[in-house]
Amino acid sequence: MGAEHNTDELACLGEWVAVGHKAALATVVSTWGSSPRPVGSHLVINDQGEFLGSVSGGCIEGAVVAEALEVMADGDPRTLDFGVSDEEAWDVGLSCGGAIRIYLERVE
Amino acid sequence: MKRALLEELQCARIAKIPVALVTELDVGAQALVYTDHLVASELTFDLSRLAEIRSLLRTARSGLLNDSSLFVRSYVPAYRLLIIGAVHIAQALATLARECDYRVTVIDPRRAFATEQRFHNAELCPEWPDEAMARLAPDAQTAVVTLAHDPKIDDPALMAALDSQAFYIGALGSRRTHEKRCERLAQQGFGEFLGRINAPIGLNLGGRSHAEIAVAILAQIIQARYNE
Repeated sequence: MGAEHNTDELACLGEWVAVGHKAALATVVSTWGSSPRPVGSHLVINDQGEFLGSVSGGCIEGAVVAEALEVMADGDPRTLDFGVSDEEAWDVGLSCGGAIRIYLERVE
Repeated sequence: MKRALLEELQCARIAKIPVALVTELDVGAQALVYTDHLVASELTFDLSRLAEIRSLLRTARSGLLNDSSLFVRSYVPAYRLLIIGAVHIAQALATLARECDYRVTVIDPRRAFATEQRFHNAELCPEWPDEAMARLAPDAQTAVVTLAHDPKIDDPALMAALDSQAFYIGALGSRRTHEKRCERLAQQGFGEFLGRINAPIGLNLGGRSHAEIAVAILAQIIQARYNE
């Protein structure tokens, strides 16, 4: 992919796995109301806490990275919901007024 | 996701083959669906489901399928931008378009212009536009922009673009330049298609610098892509 390597989330994910890192893939599967990233957007995370891409305007990435480390440990894929009606979402600061569902999975 | 599935997905993307990754969100089972066949499947689909998945894939959309927990992520090759004329505006336009995920090709037979140093993030074609355009075959996911300001470079590219399904065609030059250009192209038999050419090029943002003009051009390309 040449120059795309530095910004392509899946290429980055593949490289991490190839050099022995554990890694996880987060994907926006649905959105409601105003949310900054379209369905299908990816965030990839490795076991060092490094990440590339985004699933929001930056407001929930921290929470997703933390959850990803657990997915890497236990291997169970899961769905995460963030939204204005969700008190935890306010804790991590989803202030855009929308809601997002994210699917989080480990690369096996 | 299985590592082998990720590798196959990446192979398809690198080969520029459209592919959908389908995930059953409750159990995590996955499949890759292509426009003509289905592989690496931990899932089975009936014909109507398969048709729904391919309908999303063909239109480059992703989303949940109705009445199911199946999520479809479509991966389609990047849209292309063909720039004719490796000029100053082209340098800024190539960089901006790359950020917007366009695959950029710069065509200019003048090798002093089309250098790696000036265009590190674009594919360079130091060929005459008629040859380059025949090889690159613009399709409905391609935008064509002529910036050379030289009819013997720009005109053949515009004729090839007008012969194609390119979703956007733009040509740099003043109204007067464009009038003369239209006369030449009409003589070549393109009279009824000249309305497809955006000229003067770009949205009227008022900017004057090479980078500002590049923004105006890219903005018009984005508008054409999403407001068909």
